[in-house]
Amino acid sequence: MRNTLSIAGKELEAYFVQPIAYVVLTVFLLLGGWFFFTLLRRFALLSQIYAAMQNLSALQRLNLNTAVVSPLLQNLAIVLVLLVPAITMRSFAEEKRTGTFELLLTVPVRTGEIVAGKFIAAAVFALIMIALAGLFPLVLLIFGNPELPVILAGYLGLAALAVCFVAIGLFTSSLTQNQIIAAISCLGALLLLYIISWPAEVGGVAFGGLLRYLSLPEHFGRMLTGVIDTRDIVYFLSVILVALFLTQRAVESSRWR
Amino acid sequence: MIEVKNLTKFYGSFAAITDVSFKAERGEVLGFLGPNGAGKTTTMRIVTGFMPASSGTVLIDGFDIAEQSLEARRRIGYLPEAPPLYNEMRVDGYLRYVAKLRGVARQDIEPATERVVEVCGLADVQHRICGQLSKGYRQRVGLAQALIHEPPVLVLDEPTIGLDPRQIHEIRSLIRKLAGERTVVLSTHILPEVSQICDKVVIINEGRVVLEEQLKALPAGRSLEEIFLEAIAREHAESRVSSAEEMLEEVGAGRSGP
Repeated sequence: MRNTLSIAGKELEAYFVQPIAYVVLTVFLLLGGWFFFTLLRRFALLSQIYAAMQNLSALQRLNLNTAVVSPLLQNLAIVLVLLVPAITMRSFAEEKRTGTFELLLTVPVRTGEIVAGKFIAAAVFALIMIALAGLFPLVLLIFGNPELPVILAGYLGLAALAVCFVAIGLFTSSLTQNQIIAAISCLGALLLLYIISWPAEVGGVAFGGLLRYLSLPEHFGRMLTGVIDTRDIVYFLSVILVALFLTQRAVESSRWR
Repeated sequence: MIEVKNLTKFYGSFAAITDVSFKAERGEVLGFLGPNGAGKTTTMRIVTGFMPASSGTVLIDGFDIAEQSLEARRRIGYLPEAPPLYNEMRVDGYLRYVAKLRGVARQDIEPATERVVEVCGLADVQHRICGQLSKGYRQRVGLAQALIHEPPVLVLDEPTIGLDPRQIHEIRSLIRKLAGERTVVLSTHILPEVSQICDKVVIINEGRVVLEEQLKALPAGRSLEEIFLEAIAREHAESRVSSAEEMLEEVGAGRSGP
């Protein structure tokens, strides 16, 4: 435990002494801000139009949760697909390239502790990103009246998604000493999990159902509507655990090569 | 203290080392000598537990590096061929981090860091960033991290490579000073290094041990260089003879055929 925390602390510090953290945070918040601004403008415009047309039923259906928060979180999830590989690509690949991997594997620390430490650091960083993106709905809460529980469920979903991405990114980084290969294979894996349910409609009941179950947006989408289902939580937890298990095996097996 | 028995390591079908055995007692400085590509780094990596051998065992203070890995690794300080420095960290921060990973108790981390900073002469650079250090200082920081938990066994892979003569001298006297109670295994291809600081020499060539001897027990009046070249040449000659024999056998087999 102590080893895990030492590694996590050092890794987290490494994000912030190098420019990576600031670049990633800036890009994430800049794009998020732009989405938020656009969605909010659209919301304001629509409510004006409906009011002018005196279309009360449409005006009632229009709300901040479905018109602003939910699409914002969906867009941020896509941005995370692109940014998380940049966060995790270093974790093992750089150690292998610079030779510090040899130190890491000869100190009296278990492989599992190393993986856990690096995972905690990257996950905490991802959660910092998402916490900062919480500023957007805060603005809505001050000036409007969205439903807070639905927002919280959506952010929980985004956080779960981000932590899954991080676990997958760690795995791809543990396979190579080249950071670009690590980043691109992570991006590929994340995109695949994103679009895997596309052929579900033509896949029949069993296969289509399986593809839908594997698809990340399927589970994330339910949380956006404010539903926290244990099935989705189990899905996110299993993705994380499988990815971390594979990472541990990959690090351990690099001894054998 | 260190007991290496019948180590063999295959990379694919290529045998990097074959049947390597040697022993180093407490307080002994063992020079692991061999030409480039002889299998020195491979042996060091197996001894420190970085990778396992294809067959054979390593005992560190009685603990098997593969079976009781954590206990064995606790007793080793290892300086790999390339000093394993995190380039974005400061020297003192790095040493404290390694101290934690090597299991130094929390209250001992500060004194341990101060001690190795002093021993390795890092006082001037302890607040500098590792990535900005010169080669000589990187080597010394690498040595400092290997010493931080006061290990009974010190494994140094070519510790003086790429240093200038003055730095080489400093590192050598440092190693000599460190020896004392410790067992030091030092790989090198520089002959004078061995005769200056080692008690025992193991010569390895093409993955096989060709000589294991106390330095004192080596025939008087002959330089280590002569002995080294002879040991390597003998090996070459033997392999040439054996391949010639094989060829003769093949030819013979051809004749005895139909």
